[in-house]
Amino acid sequence: MIPEIGHYALILALCVSVVLGTLPIYGAAVGNSMLMSVAKPAARGQFLLVLLAFCCLGYAFAAKDFSVLYVASTSNSQLPVQYRLAAIWGAHEGSLLLWVFILSIWMVAVSFLSTHLPEAMRARILGVMGLVSMGFLLFMLTVSNPFERLIPAAFDGRDLNPLLQDPGMVIHPPMLYMGYVGFSVAFAFAIAALLGGTLDATWARWSRPWTTVAWCFLTIGVAMGSGWAYYELGWGGWWFWDPVENASFMPWLAGTALIHSLAVTDKRGGFKAWSVLLAILAFSLSLLGTFLVRSGVLTSVHAFATDPKRGLFILVFLAVVIGGSLILYAWRAPRVGLGGGFSLISREGMLLTNNVLLVAALGAVLLGTLYPLFLDALDLGKISVGPPYFDTVFVPLMTPAIFLMGIGPLAQWKKATLPALAMRLRWAFAVSAATALTLPLLIGQWTPLVSLGLMLAIWIVTTSVVGLRERLAHADGSSLMGRLAAVPRSYWGMLLAHCGVAVFIVGVTMVKGFEVEQDLRMNVGETSTVGGYTFRFDGVREVQGPNYIAARGTFHVSQDGHEVTVMYPEKRRYTVQNQTMTEAAIAPGLMRDLYVSLGEPVDNGAWSVRLYHKPFIDWIWGGCLIMALGGVLAISDRRYRLAWRRKEADVPAATQMARQTVS
Amino acid sequence: MNRFLLPLAAFLVVVGFLAVGLTLNPRELPSPLVGKPAPAFSLPQLHDQAKVFSPNEMAGKVWLLNFWASWCGGCKEEHPVLLHLAKSGEVPIYGVDYKDTRDEALTWLRQHGNPYPLTAVDEAGRVGINYGVYGVPETYVIDKAGVIRYKQIGPLREDTLKTKILPLVRELQNQ
Amino acid sequence: MRWFLLIILLVPCLAGAEEARPLTDNPLAEARLKHLAVELRCLVCQNQTLADSHAPLAEDLRREVREMIAKDMSDKDIIEFLVTRYGDFILYRPPLKATTTLLWVGPFVLLIAGVAALVLALRRRQKKLVDVSLSEEERNRVARLLSEGANRL
Repeated sequence: MIPEIGHYALILALCVSVVLGTLPIYGAAVGNSMLMSVAKPAARGQFLLVLLAFCCLGYAFAAKDFSVLYVASTSNSQLPVQYRLAAIWGAHEGSLLLWVFILSIWMVAVSFLSTHLPEAMRARILGVMGLVSMGFLLFMLTVSNPFERLIPAAFDGRDLNPLLQDPGMVIHPPMLYMGYVGFSVAFAFAIAALLGGTLDATWARWSRPWTTVAWCFLTIGVAMGSGWAYYELGWGGWWFWDPVENASFMPWLAGTALIHSLAVTDKRGGFKAWSVLLAILAFSLSLLGTFLVRSGVLTSVHAFATDPKRGLFILVFLAVVIGGSLILYAWRAPRVGLGGGFSLISREGMLLTNNVLLVAALGAVLLGTLYPLFLDALDLGKISVGPPYFDTVFVPLMTPAIFLMGIGPLAQWKKATLPALAMRLRWAFAVSAATALTLPLLIGQWTPLVSLGLMLAIWIVTTSVVGLRERLAHADGSSLMGRLAAVPRSYWGMLLAHCGVAVFIVGVTMVKGFEVEQDLRMNVGETSTVGGYTFRFDGVREVQGPNYIAARGTFHVSQDGHEVTVMYPEKRRYTVQNQTMTEAAIAPGLMRDLYVSLGEPVDNGAWSVRLYHKPFIDWIWGGCLIMALGGVLAISDRRYRLAWRRKEADVPAATQMARQTVS
Repeated sequence: MNRFLLPLAAFLVVVGFLAVGLTLNPRELPSPLVGKPAPAFSLPQLHDQAKVFSPNEMAGKVWLLNFWASWCGGCKEEHPVLLHLAKSGEVPIYGVDYKDTRDEALTWLRQHGNPYPLTAVDEAGRVGINYGVYGVPETYVIDKAGVIRYKQIGPLREDTLKTKILPLVRELQNQ
Repeated sequence: MRWFLLIILLVPCLAGAEEARPLTDNPLAEARLKHLAVELRCLVCQNQTLADSHAPLAEDLRREVREMIAKDMSDKDIIEFLVTRYGDFILYRPPLKATTTLLWVGPFVLLIAGVAALVLALRRRQKKLVDVSLSEEERNRVARLLSEGANRL
């Protein structure tokens, strides 16, 4: 009964989304405010219906209802409850439901937080989001119904893939989806602006906080995925340039570019068409990722079980949504005004140059991901494009971008001069160059890449310090505290996010440059020293988990004769699918991670063991977290808080201004 | 041309490729060995370990070389097709028992029938590597001069046999 | 006496633990294998390097590569050996050929084109903005925006 309720809720949600996707947009076109006012209640209604469906599926999992095909194929009665619930998004059908659910959350958020928007704009935004959710609901109800019954019911389920039975699974997919579904808001804003012809600086100001929030979620989501791969796959790597990873990274690059171009559009009213294009691009890449993961056109470690029918559906949907938006873009964008002028050497110019670099990097990822498919489709042979390609291409593209990241925030708006900038930055440059040359020598070994990485990281930090000092010198207030308080939070947010990038770069550089790995054959009682830490192997014993049997090794780790920690890597055999998993043990630390992974038993209690010393690896994810925090700080800025509080009374003025700009 | 149409054009190209991509199988690898001489080997025979089999014994004949194993599911799937083909006598199929144990292979052939006049044993999988085998079953069509003319990856199906392999075999036999 | 001290100092170490041996007898060859294997694709896996994969074929290929290393073959020869059997698919770093030119130069062409487009666009804007004198209404708006901007900072 419950699954049927869920199913009907989805059908009703589809009906509501059809209403939401048509009436308000039509109403906005003809100026009928009654039709426009349908948008808000419809968006909220759709949210409640999808929430109901989501809870029904959750209930089916919690109650172990194996008469539901999806539940039977992705869970098992022995599976612990938190993973049974996470199994909601453990495979194709349920993760689509999560997609729509999160889209509905964003819709509700827009419906509550858009009181300051003109009614037509709000109607169009919600309408566009309604259209997107309509496509996904239709997809679910036609070829991917999570509530499909299995008659007769299975006695027990086939279990969730052991790789996914991990706390990362509980939190990573919702975060990631919050991010890339969140770009649907920026997309809807852009389409609404194109439809209404009200494309101007106010549009940019309204889109900015939404874009930044989605970007924060995506940053965390991607970082969590990387961290999960690091500890779960047991190879100690943190990024594999797998097509599915790239599918989440491309929207991130587009979103990062969008945040920066929106800054220009907001400030100078310029490059509106470009910002709109990026907004469309960011969401298109999210959709493309959805297609790549589910269609089976590329091989990936993470791909869902695939079905050409589903692939075809998403492709058609993709073509309609993106193709339609780009047609609208080609039609409306040429009429967009120019905005204020500025020269190439100015903050705007540098933000846009950074945009070009980010988009080129995005192009590289897209090209590398799809190139094997292109060649295969043209029957020109099969190739693989993997980490060596991406590493080779990415470094030269990102180096200038990061270099500019240091200069941009210090350049004046509109017009700056290079000699003056050079004067202001000479100390930052000297400090970073000097450290880059000497620091690697002190750590151990000088290599060009380590030196480059450290130089870029220190460059970001030192230029941030220079920028902050100048800012404080010009701020009002007599005391230092007063002046610190006078610096707007958006500025702090920007500094923090940029320093996050620096932290990230330190992590990547140090791990790539100084990681130590040892493959050993260890007898009980034997020791080995890696990176100054001595690991003693104290044997393996059998442990019974809730749904697996594990061989658990014990390693005592000491440094200079003092015990540091005890580590318990496991080799698990999940009984339902009879699958073996390597569960590495990690002792995390600010300056290094110790990583132990059990291989195979060799003979008489000896095991093959892999030991790693990974300096600064946690800085990779720490950096991402700092970037996201920077984003959060930026949107807590005063002007947005004021904007939220602004009442409807202000709106006519804003609309009028908006109208004026498009001419 | 209107520069605002460029994104749309680029997008349409990508969609076109993605559509074609849906019809392709990314896991199927064309062999670089097609058109090249079949790598030589000399392996013990399954039924009579004292004897060896080597492809140059087949010079002057068109024949199929089929890599199989008792542990492989796809082999069971294609087995009726092989048996049927062997019965028709159109082209001889020689087997290579890939990374298998002798007893299990013999039992398997007894159970399912033996389409091969002769099976060679590649226990360590080295000959497999020389032929670029990456998953059994795989079947090679080799011509009179000992050149590989076609490679079938995965189970052989009745329709591929009829539309591709047999016409090719007949053409090669008439040369 | 000195001997005695030395023995006392040594005994705890001896009683403590022995140093574990590397998994293989030849760590140098293993390092070379690893260096090669991270750029090679496991053919049967979804998307894994030969170094990371536990698939039987991957183990066979590693064994093959190990033997070639033992025979002192160069990296180039080893890769050539694999490519003649499995094609370019086995390489994670696609070789530069006519068909992969776009892959390798594409991103940089995109970058150059992007920078050129940006410079041109800025020039054109600047010209247009100078050519078109501001209307009264627009001038008001500029003033308003500027004052707004000043307030915000």
